[in-house]
Amino acid sequence: MTTAPRPTPGIPRDYAFPAIERSQLSNGMRVAVAHLPRLPLVTVLALVDAGASCDETGREGAASLTISTLGEGTTRLDGATLTEKFESLGTGLMSSNDWDDATTHIAVTPERLESAISLLGEVIRSPAFAERDVARHKAQRLAELMQQQVEPRGLADDKFAEFLFVPGSRYALPEGGSMASVRALDTAQLRALHVARYVPGATTLVFAGDVANARAVQLAERAFGEWNGAALPPAKVDDRVIDSGRRVHIVNKAGAPQSELRVGHGGVPRGHPDYFAIVVMNALLGGLFSSRINLNLRERNAYTYGARSAFEWRRGAGPFMVSTAVKTEVSEAATREILIEIGKMREEKVSADELSLATAYLDGVFPIRYETTNAVAEAIAIAQVYGLGDDYYTRYRERIRAVTADDVLRAAQSFLHPEKLLVVAVGDAAAIREPMEQLGAGSVSVHEAPAEDGAPA
Amino acid sequence: MPIPVDTYRLPNGLFVTLSEDHSAPIVAVNLWYHVGSANEREGRTGFAHLFEHMLFQGSEHVGANEHFELVQRAGGTLNGSTWLDRTNYFETVPSNQLAVALWLEADRMGALLPAMTQQKLDTQRDVVMNERRWSVDNQPYGTWWERLPALAFPPPHPFHHSLIGSFEDLAAASLDDIEQFFRTFYTPDNAVLTLAGDFDPATARAMIVQYFGDIPRGAGKPPLAPTVLPAKFNGWRREVVEDDVMLPRLYLAFRAPPFGSDASYAASVCGAVLGMRRGSRLHRALVREQEVASEATAFTFDLSKGSDLLIVDVTARPGVSVERLEAAVAEQIDLIRDTGVTTAEIERAVALIETDFVKAMQSAADRADKLSQFATYFGDPALVNVQADRYRAVTAESVNAFARESLGEDNRLSLIYVPRAGEAAA
Repeated sequence: MTTAPRPTPGIPRDYAFPAIERSQLSNGMRVAVAHLPRLPLVTVLALVDAGASCDETGREGAASLTISTLGEGTTRLDGATLTEKFESLGTGLMSSNDWDDATTHIAVTPERLESAISLLGEVIRSPAFAERDVARHKAQRLAELMQQQVEPRGLADDKFAEFLFVPGSRYALPEGGSMASVRALDTAQLRALHVARYVPGATTLVFAGDVANARAVQLAERAFGEWNGAALPPAKVDDRVIDSGRRVHIVNKAGAPQSELRVGHGGVPRGHPDYFAIVVMNALLGGLFSSRINLNLRERNAYTYGARSAFEWRRGAGPFMVSTAVKTEVSEAATREILIEIGKMREEKVSADELSLATAYLDGVFPIRYETTNAVAEAIAIAQVYGLGDDYYTRYRERIRAVTADDVLRAAQSFLHPEKLLVVAVGDAAAIREPMEQLGAGSVSVHEAPAEDGAPA
Repeated sequence: MPIPVDTYRLPNGLFVTLSEDHSAPIVAVNLWYHVGSANEREGRTGFAHLFEHMLFQGSEHVGANEHFELVQRAGGTLNGSTWLDRTNYFETVPSNQLAVALWLEADRMGALLPAMTQQKLDTQRDVVMNERRWSVDNQPYGTWWERLPALAFPPPHPFHHSLIGSFEDLAAASLDDIEQFFRTFYTPDNAVLTLAGDFDPATARAMIVQYFGDIPRGAGKPPLAPTVLPAKFNGWRREVVEDDVMLPRLYLAFRAPPFGSDASYAASVCGAVLGMRRGSRLHRALVREQEVASEATAFTFDLSKGSDLLIVDVTARPGVSVERLEAAVAEQIDLIRDTGVTTAEIERAVALIETDFVKAMQSAADRADKLSQFATYFGDPALVNVQADRYRAVTAESVNAFARESLGEDNRLSLIYVPRAGEAAA
């Protein structure tokens, strides 16, 4: 049995975020390189300004469908052959998008880099968008939406956005689009989106790993040099929220043993100057395991397996949202505790001890976040998308340490709005409707799980 | 390049692996206890996992919830997980905080019981019941990982029963169970400790002796029920479950050689040829060409005791009946069994497995966990450095031998989810 005294930490060793070398090809494409020769591995990430935010009204899901179909063949190679070529190099082409960008990345050993990047260039520049592949990916997105009707977590997230943002806001619909919008998409629209948005002026190629800058730039030039096009202005999303005060929406899942709860309101854009204060405030409210909301709902009341809060960072103002799943019987009690914790955060300054829980964690964990070539490449991409500047990662830790208890209180008072909270519960309406009406969190309306649009065809 | 491996054992039986890497000022601490749901007694399904939760509730010198708080204050990440035959606990911390992580692990290994209370047990029992509702009962297909082992490992096989546990058994767990389980299984001679990352070996060794050296050895643990099973299912069982799902899904399982044997690497590569990524046979045939499936994957569990399972996991496209899906999958399985694989297919699979392995080994936490895994199962963490060779040694002949032997109709188990009547997506 240990009787050793509680240890104190030693002196921290220095850590520097990898240096980023930047250049630009003559066609306007940006190249960013972090040379990390530790292991024989290179991540190459093509970042294109073609996220879901650029979808036109009525064509929601086009950006997602474009990036997911992109790897299904080029004008020279059919999808099966292309996939086989990548995978024989030991890498799968991983493509995804979020609201503000579309990315395609590969991770390969250095001796396979040249072959892999030339294939990557072909994929980005001259995808085939064969009718059959587009139709298949459309059908897969529709299958996903169909399955989501009985998958409470994803359903709760999507319903929260639908009830939060004004009708017509791109943010009111899922990134991948709705049943109606996806059904309406066709190959010509994807091709048009690709021609307009997938251009060198809107693309950054990020290398992280065992490749030197000169070699990386040379490979980029070879794979992407003969390509032209200037960037369109970035898409602007209407991020206004429905301003109708507190309200509760129940999405019925008859007989569900748990309610998936989402509680929140509109948030702030990623470029907001109070970003660091908001991050620290949210860590204390619900971002950390030892946060107020998680300790209350999980460790004190045992209502849930876990509860968290988050500001979703986008170019526009994404949602602020508390998420948890609680036993049906305690749906009202758990929601009440969430409302109390949000309110308390605004009422008084956090103690120095509590503040340091978040600042010490965010400061200390920084080097642990960037162990892999993928993580470094993604970090460089995020800085590019949001224009965070080259000193962002070198200054991150000092800026976290500079956040004070006053900053946290001001962030809570400015960016948490108890009077505007929207509550969405996906659960058994027969069991939770009445208790939720007692909550005093506004009017309660009940919705059946998607029927009109989501009905099985 | 090989991962450095230095091993030794403390007099109390604790097996220690040190793996230095100074590329970042961080260090991973990883402990595997050789106990999992397989070691639960009758009427206590889910107890090993509930017990894992209790290890975060403090120990003699650590307050309730302080374990998480101290590691996070140190700038560290942490968690634990419970599997059939092991439970692991891990944290990655800035290297100047190594002592805190070791001290916390030692305090709960040496002195958990003084901190255990009925109230903490009741709270974590409710938390775990909520975890069960969240991950199993309120998720489409969520019961598959309970139903499949129940069918694949007939009683009294120790993998037969539920890992997350039944509500009834969780409700029955008592403080006496905590004490007995702790004294039996949470002993230094039933654990391995791995450090990976930035540390000074001499200092680390001194800390390990200081914190863990006085913890007494255990009195031994009862043997597991036998895990050896016939090499095949000897038949084709088909179980259909009506559930709250929109699309039919088929889990098709085959008994396979236990992880670590030569044949297991061939089985694993066979799984990758069939269902790893979009270039695999199942994706190509069922998703891309025939368009009968929306997803198709295959993988082995890599179980090292008795036998392993190769599992094919395929979800229907809307409008495709489960019978049509089953027939299309069976056709692919019969094809690989009857006509074998090509060298190019093996090369694709091995190249992907190798890249995934290198990618994972970038992370100190993943390196430490792999070292603990090989230390626990085979007594030799250095085996981590021969894994790539063992995959590269797999040939078309060895995969074909596995496919002929193990993919036949005499070695299949189908677990099928279909939408409840009236919900069918036609």
